[in-house]
Amino acid sequence: MTWMAFWQQLINGISLGSLYALVAIGYTMVYGILRLINFAHGDLLMVAAYGGIFGLSMFSLPWPLAFLAALGITGLIGALLERGAYRPLRRAPRLSLLIAAIGASFLLENVALVLLGGRPLPFPTPEILAGSLQVGGLYIARLSLIIPGITLISLSGLFLLVGRTRTGMAMRALAYDWEATQLLGINVNRIISLTFVLGSVLAGMGGLLWAMKYPQVNPFLGVLPGLKAFIAAVLGGIGNLTGAVVGGLVLGVLEVMVVAWFPAWSGYRDALAFLLLILVLLVRPTGLVGETLMEEKL
Amino acid sequence: MAGSPRRHRLLTGAALALLLLLLLAAQHWADDYFLRLLNTTAVFITMAVSYNLINGVCGQLHLGPNAFVTLGAYTAALLTLTAAEKQASFLMAPLIWPLREISLPFPAALLAGGGVAALFAYLTGFPVLRVRGDYLAIVTLGFGEVVRVLANNLQGVTNGPMGLKGLAPYTNLWWSWGVAILTVAVVMGLKKSGFGRAMLAIRADETAAKAMGLDPYRYLLLAFLVSAFFLGVAGGLLAHLITTISPTLFTFFLTFNLLIIIVLGGLGSITGTVLATIIITWGNEWLRFVEEPIFLGNLRLPGIPGLRMVIFSLLLLVLIIFYRRGLVGSWEFSWDWLLEKLQRQKRGEAS
Repeated sequence: MTWMAFWQQLINGISLGSLYALVAIGYTMVYGILRLINFAHGDLLMVAAYGGIFGLSMFSLPWPLAFLAALGITGLIGALLERGAYRPLRRAPRLSLLIAAIGASFLLENVALVLLGGRPLPFPTPEILAGSLQVGGLYIARLSLIIPGITLISLSGLFLLVGRTRTGMAMRALAYDWEATQLLGINVNRIISLTFVLGSVLAGMGGLLWAMKYPQVNPFLGVLPGLKAFIAAVLGGIGNLTGAVVGGLVLGVLEVMVVAWFPAWSGYRDALAFLLLILVLLVRPTGLVGETLMEEKL
Repeated sequence: MAGSPRRHRLLTGAALALLLLLLLAAQHWADDYFLRLLNTTAVFITMAVSYNLINGVCGQLHLGPNAFVTLGAYTAALLTLTAAEKQASFLMAPLIWPLREISLPFPAALLAGGGVAALFAYLTGFPVLRVRGDYLAIVTLGFGEVVRVLANNLQGVTNGPMGLKGLAPYTNLWWSWGVAILTVAVVMGLKKSGFGRAMLAIRADETAAKAMGLDPYRYLLLAFLVSAFFLGVAGGLLAHLITTISPTLFTFFLTFNLLIIIVLGGLGSITGTVLATIIITWGNEWLRFVEEPIFLGNLRLPGIPGLRMVIFSLLLLVLIIFYRRGLVGSWEFSWDWLLEKLQRQKRGEAS
């Protein structure tokens, strides 16, 4: 592999990794507060992608408006999920909560299948976001710059929110001690709903970007990116925002590089993430960045 | 009014004889569709009961039973196919050497399927059983995905996405129900033995159980092996029931179906699992009408393909939110319970 090819693949890897990171942040936020693997989080990517298609081609909205509408719908569905499926189970064993999340995920996928059909729809990427630039001998898709940019902006925004505002302080308190937070007169339900909406909107952004990167939208679009983003979150140390981004980047770059170096292995690409996950859980269960012991979190 | 063990054995024997008679009758008079449904029910009882050993009895959310079913199905299928058949179907890459020539009778192939699945469970047991809770769920899900990816890519062993076709339909009522009864007996036996009580202790408080000298790893590994063995055998039965297997057959979707069954039956109850399997497999057939056009006089309502899965997903959500016990909670059927109930009824009639 020449240096040129290496830089090219690195750019591709960072672009894919930032996308995983964007979705992983949502996982990690919800896990930090509810200790729940929100299996339906990946399916929110699919919701946003279909939302984008409908806004752009059916209602012919200008793209910023269509994307905003798609994000709005995704946020709403995320909040509904929390209200309908997870809130009634707050006092239930954690296993039940996880089973509910699996049920919610299948429900979203199959409702989409019934309403929209299984045939993949093309995603009409707005022209301004498509195309690529040529820098030196490298081809850089505009998306490859947009995706890391959005991840960076979202992460900074979240850091400001969590670190500098009263709402963020309440979130941190909730992640630390549920009962005590309630005793302090903080509206726990409001904070949790807000967390879900924020996480879902991030997943929605991830979905729109994913659909532009791989413009075939079907009801099961979110399953694999969802799983991989979750693995990225564990890789980095779940519950930790920086960890989610580090994990996403590591996973994305590694996936792209392995396939570039060993093209014969490309079929095994999807197994790589899981092997990495198993390895991390064996060697360093707290993830690359995390410091809390797992037992304490369980 | 507890009955004696001898009486229990007699009653169990009588019940088994009755089941045997019913199966004989089905074999003679039932049509192919009904026979297939009966076979499917039995295979799903085997899968769901052995799955519930981990999820219900041990209380660990395992999300990779499809891995063991896949391993069992492929192993058994590769062993029953004749050398000539194998040569004909492996077009992309020839089958690797020892498998190319071996051909075994069906029972041996089933055992091998279970054995390979159990071996895989043993090898993966260390990373899987080191973690608990969500992590165990996600690691087992991961192994399920890894096995699916392997089945898709190891052309020289699995024939890749094309899968294996033209398996002999060896699975009949005797095999499917025989294995189902054996599975229920073994899992029931485990649950009632010292193992079951140890498991209960580990589930209730792992730290306390460890302090009492129980080694959770050993007990969980045993459960994991037994469960994997029967899932593997069930895979072999499934392969020779539908006669064509490919990696798409064993996705997370299969795990989801098993999960609905054990949640409906009541996590931890073998009785509940058997009842729920019957309800879900037959309900699935009965619900076919929602996906086919319905005629009301001259009005034609188009069927909605895929609606059944929406119904099942909703069912799982409603069960877990409002009715977490499932059908029977952790209750188990026993002859004592039945005898006592009958006696009470008699007394009630007398007074």
